[in-house]
Amino acid sequence: MELSAKVPSGPIENRWDKHRFEMKLVNPANKRKYNVIVVGSGLAGGSAAATLGELGYNVQCFCFQDSPRRAHSIAAQGGINAAKNYQNDGDSIYRLFYDTVKGGDFRSRESNVYRLAQISVNIIDQCVAQGVPFAREYGGLLENRSFGGAQVSRTFYARGQTGQQLLLGAYQALERQIAGGQVRMFPRHEMLELVVIDGKARGIVTRDLISGKIESYVADAVVLATGGYGNVFYLSTNAKGCNVTAIWRAHKKGALFANPCFTQIHPTCIPVTGDYQSKLTLMSESLRNDGRIWVPLKKDDKRPPNQIPKEDRDYFLERKYPSFGNLVPRDVASRNAKAVCDEGRGVGESGYGVYLDFHDAIERLGKDVIKERYGNLFDMYQRITDENPYEVPMRIYPASHYTMGGLWVDYNLMTTIPGLYAIGEANFSDHGANRLGASALMQGLADGYFILPYTIGDYLATNKFEKVDTSHAAFREAETQVACQIKRFLEMKGTRSVDSFHRELGKLVWEYCGMSRSAEGLKYALGRIPELREQFWREVKVLGTGEELNQSLEKAGRVGDFFELAELMCLDALDRNESCGGHFREEYQTPEGEAQRDDERYSYAAAWQFKGVGEPPVLHKEPLEFEYVHPSQRSYK
Amino acid sequence: MNLILHIWRQRNANEKGRMVRYEVRDVNQEMSFLEMLDVLNEDLIAKGEDPVAFDHDCREGICGMCGIMISGVAHGPLPATTTCQLHMRHFKDGDELYLEPWRARAFPVIKDLVVDRSAFDRVIAAGGYISVSAGSAPEANSVPVPKEAAERSMDAAQCIGCGACVAMCPNAAAALFVGAKIAHLGTLPQGQPERYHRAIAMVAQASAEGFGSCTNIGECEAVCPKEIKLEVIAQMNRDFLKAKWAGR
Repeated sequence: MELSAKVPSGPIENRWDKHRFEMKLVNPANKRKYNVIVVGSGLAGGSAAATLGELGYNVQCFCFQDSPRRAHSIAAQGGINAAKNYQNDGDSIYRLFYDTVKGGDFRSRESNVYRLAQISVNIIDQCVAQGVPFAREYGGLLENRSFGGAQVSRTFYARGQTGQQLLLGAYQALERQIAGGQVRMFPRHEMLELVVIDGKARGIVTRDLISGKIESYVADAVVLATGGYGNVFYLSTNAKGCNVTAIWRAHKKGALFANPCFTQIHPTCIPVTGDYQSKLTLMSESLRNDGRIWVPLKKDDKRPPNQIPKEDRDYFLERKYPSFGNLVPRDVASRNAKAVCDEGRGVGESGYGVYLDFHDAIERLGKDVIKERYGNLFDMYQRITDENPYEVPMRIYPASHYTMGGLWVDYNLMTTIPGLYAIGEANFSDHGANRLGASALMQGLADGYFILPYTIGDYLATNKFEKVDTSHAAFREAETQVACQIKRFLEMKGTRSVDSFHRELGKLVWEYCGMSRSAEGLKYALGRIPELREQFWREVKVLGTGEELNQSLEKAGRVGDFFELAELMCLDALDRNESCGGHFREEYQTPEGEAQRDDERYSYAAAWQFKGVGEPPVLHKEPLEFEYVHPSQRSYK
Repeated sequence: MNLILHIWRQRNANEKGRMVRYEVRDVNQEMSFLEMLDVLNEDLIAKGEDPVAFDHDCREGICGMCGIMISGVAHGPLPATTTCQLHMRHFKDGDELYLEPWRARAFPVIKDLVVDRSAFDRVIAAGGYISVSAGSAPEANSVPVPKEAAERSMDAAQCIGCGACVAMCPNAAAALFVGAKIAHLGTLPQGQPERYHRAIAMVAQASAEGFGSCTNIGECEAVCPKEIKLEVIAQMNRDFLKAKWAGR
């Protein structure tokens, strides 16, 4: 299979313009004749469904939650980047592009990233017009702050709830289209199969989570906006329902899955407290603007933090990276926190935590300023830990947060299945091996508002669509497949709950394919995962029936897919004999312990083709060329 | 700590429900309320009993999906806190708790503690937006928004649509929810053109959905996990009356 990214030629700053001109248009009067399915209603899916509706397409939008407003984009705290240069501090589209390619450790596609930076400015315009209450200066103009990994202030924010406000903007735009009849919304519906007819994506099969009904929906194109797969680790900052099922089942139908091992571990999360823990809570990385990260200088120093004098503290990020200090990118901050904890200098009961201390900032700026900036985050921290961060330093530890890998897409955001698109976190394209803070919201909305609505038109205008309906054999077959899996779960009468399997899988993947990986560990995991998977398919216990709301049954299907994905992640991590971004292979590091890339051999996106459960997948490579930002070792010293 | 829970069990929308008594042992005080229910569910599954269905997703207090009536109080005893952010350290050994779904005609029970809140979506669809299609927005800084207005708007915009306000209101009114959206958009310059139409349309839809009328009791404000203030209801009433007087 030849992977063609379909990147336009010419100077990078003109490519998107040129491409938009070259794409075929659908006549406005004909748009209503096309049906598009959008799965997922977060920033990417919600904005795409709304925008396609505005353009006049018939849209059917699906989400598993009870309302499109619940999508996990809502939990993003810190902000959204845009190259507005409102602060006159030397920002530009080129600089945002440069920072994103460098931050991604030279494993993203330059043309996509440049387009993202270009579009970033339109997103802010759009969101402000929708009524997103961004933070303002006293003069009434938009305020910005700096954010992890950037030296300019380009991040727009709405207190610590930027994701919420942007999502509500997209949700309200979507509801407007629903009211107008352009979009039909299907909440509490989970996509369980993709239907491919004559090589084209032509629909999906879903389960109505209330009635249990298996239903088919036909379309001329299908858009997957179903987010990332961070819950493969069981404990992550993702919502409990986040899952890989939609993109995984599309993968099994032929869509290549790119860079599955590129997962992001976020440095500032509340540490784990016990076995019952169901999720990890992120503390926005904006806290690193004013908080200072430290651990005791000596091992086993059990004094309370306020009694440890300055000279007995190690501000390890400021020490190792004097120019970026506490604002180094996420992967660097996470690895360093793990390293000091592995040395036995971690804090808290488990020893897996570092301090994030606001004492100096409060002294410098006053409690009121800190409260205005981070009040809701401090409250949240106190609610969860029962400690007051205005007085005692926060304890934080890295946790799985975002997945850069996802379905492989070309410049048009189309997967290797014609007519199947993947947008937002569900695709792989823009963040390379590491995503910078405040860039996920930007990418989701860029894809949904401004990229997909154009590129999908080109596909619809240049393809002929045979009339099909749900009686087509391919739909029947997909429905049967779904029904069989449900039946299998319910008839298994096993002994172990779905959660207990998920926990065990998550621990394994976190241990061997988490913050740092080694060939030895990955090989062990690759031996263990299939064993555990087989056990799952023999012994999982799902009660109840398929014809009702059955939350164990929903979870069972998702965990089944996580097992298969976990294997691919480990395989990809083992295959990539280098360290880059979030993928840190212990064998490949510089003498100072930094990630050591191997551009000669691994400057490519690894796109895997499914060949069957337990069968080795086939690797296809998309070579990455860097014409503008020349690969260098990232240095934040 | 050990707890006694009385939980509303109802198989589906059509069958009658009832309270069922459960004992939960060795609850760790660092657990969240939902984690305590996870533990109960694991026990039930082990015993071959149907686990308790409850809605939840982000478990960090922002998605608005969770919500349980805990001994008569929506989201439980802690102010400004969603059920998922409530921790067991706020309870003591031997406590007896009553867990019920949101009760309101407009929120029919689906199963156990899960209710259908789609009425909220239809209220937003009726007018809870600013009509601006992608691509048509002016430059973001071309319309200054006074900081104070942005802050007030944000105070209202924080609503997570959980429905606690409705569940707690003796009238099952959605006034706080509707008012929050009207105040969020109506406080901003961008929201002015549709301000009065919005008030009329959203209030009418809320009424059509079967939500009751507001009689200024204030239970909604007391349980709102995002501390939305009653002021938003005043703004809703003002906008609604102005619109009516203007004959819109």
